[in-house]
Amino acid sequence: MLSPADLTALWLSLRLALLTTLILLLIGTPLAWWLAHSRWRFRFIPETLVALPLVLPPTVLGFYLLLALGPQGWIGQAMLTLGAEPLVFSFTGLLFGSVVYSLPFVVQPLQDTFQALGRRPLEVAATLRLSPLASFWRVVVPMARPGFLTAATLGFAHTIGEFGVVLMLGGNIPGETRVLAIAIYDHVESLEYAAAHVLAGGLLLLSFLLLLLVYSLRSRLRFRRA
Amino acid sequence: MTDTTLDLDLTLVRGSFHQAVRLILPGRQVSVLFGASGTGKTSLLRAIAGLDRHAGARIYSAAQCWQDGSRFLPTHRRPLGYVFQEDNLFPHLSVAGNLALAVRGTAGAEVLLEQLIESLGLGPLLAQQPWQLSGGERQKVAIARALALQPQLLLLDEPLSAVDEAFKQQFLPALKRLLVDSGITTLYVTHASAEVAALADTLVLFQRHAPPVQAVASQLLTDLGQPLAFRPDAEALLLARVKGHDAPFGLLEVDCEGHAFHVGGGAAPTGRQVRLRVQAQDVSLTRQAPVATSILNVVPVTIRAIALNDDHSCVVQLLLGEQRLLARITRRSVSLLGLAEGDRVYAQIKSVALLQ
Repeated sequence: MLSPADLTALWLSLRLALLTTLILLLIGTPLAWWLAHSRWRFRFIPETLVALPLVLPPTVLGFYLLLALGPQGWIGQAMLTLGAEPLVFSFTGLLFGSVVYSLPFVVQPLQDTFQALGRRPLEVAATLRLSPLASFWRVVVPMARPGFLTAATLGFAHTIGEFGVVLMLGGNIPGETRVLAIAIYDHVESLEYAAAHVLAGGLLLLSFLLLLLVYSLRSRLRFRRA
Repeated sequence: MTDTTLDLDLTLVRGSFHQAVRLILPGRQVSVLFGASGTGKTSLLRAIAGLDRHAGARIYSAAQCWQDGSRFLPTHRRPLGYVFQEDNLFPHLSVAGNLALAVRGTAGAEVLLEQLIESLGLGPLLAQQPWQLSGGERQKVAIARALALQPQLLLLDEPLSAVDEAFKQQFLPALKRLLVDSGITTLYVTHASAEVAALADTLVLFQRHAPPVQAVASQLLTDLGQPLAFRPDAEALLLARVKGHDAPFGLLEVDCEGHAFHVGGGAAPTGRQVRLRVQAQDVSLTRQAPVATSILNVVPVTIRAIALNDDHSCVVQLLLGEQRLLARITRRSVSLLGLAEGDRVYAQIKSVALLQ
């Protein structure tokens, strides 16, 4: 049913979304924690920057990432100095773009969750002689499970659906940057509506099932407060 | 014996509120911090625990520096136990899971926890989730958890303020006994005078525009130079010892300064030391020993001081042996009986509450 090229695109999209989600959870958690608890008066500046990808057209984001990551850009130059290939038109470049693009979808739900937890659980943990790191693992993570689930799902689903940034930054290289959304676009351009349907319908179904799973789990993961 | 006192010198600052606090609280006792809300009691407890950091504070617990100059021991390194007013239990853990957090790998702690579960009757609750418990049960679990930490200092911040009265009456004597038996230096914040009477060895009175005043509880409650003796529910605490049971009438006979008191509402083994709480409004004075009275407890006392209250009544401080009582009577009575300092009179006590 799926052509080898479409399968490659599917696999690429999944790989990209999984890696992006993983990276975002790793960097988004401390960032969201800091945003939730910082009393810095200019905290709204990083908050605005994190939210920016929500409102920017993906092509704008893609355009500037292209300039920055290209051989003439500052990141591209740095990569060249380090003896690495520039990141444009590569999977790594795409991963970089996706992380920026999906950042608010992971950081914002985590920040909301951490804020809703408040300081009390951490204070209780400290009086039980748990170090800050131990209380993060034993108290914050289990209590914030629904938030982590939401953040991961939104980050994953949003990356799967990425189109504009990919097009600007990665182009259309099979197995390297030709993700699902691009493949669908190609099929439609070539008037292969049946093939486009398989991918588009599949994506629709996948997204629906994913969200269904998350929302059903969320209510079960939530803890009852007294 | 090692020094277990708590030595504090700090200034609490919250907005425009400044309160200098200099206290040396005795070890192995319960010190109750008593006063209206907004007088800095909770702030002080949080500062001692290191939950809030006040610049320039000096905090020494059992001769161990917790904060001084640039030294600041973070909360999780301070050997304390803390019970908040509410939200002490983690909602993602069962009661057993919450309790287990206190005994991580500590020798002897598991045995102690078993004993606490037994003596507080927590067994049936272990498998439950915090939301399934009543408010009182949740606080009981939190107190057991704090005690299982074997803390050098136990800090209780209005632990029973959100708990219903019936539970409180039942639990307070049990709590006092646990604290006495464990010998842990305890600071207990409250604005309920029933908790003061049941728990306090030392009393620290917090006021809005004055530094806190500290004294032995039975002294401070009856001190005519302090505001507590002039409250409508002013009270005195007497130490007594159980002498025997007056079974036919369901009373307990206790000895206080060589005088027998008959009190109801409790059972205690002979020889045990108990506390009696006598409210000033339940004490009246007579010149002659009354005959054929329904009042069971009449004792000879000496008037030590008389102070005018603002509402045409007087508060009379009485000595019963070494211990103090208060009587609240009208100015007219003082005048009619010609009462003066040093007079020997009889105190008729209408109601005595047995506390332990």
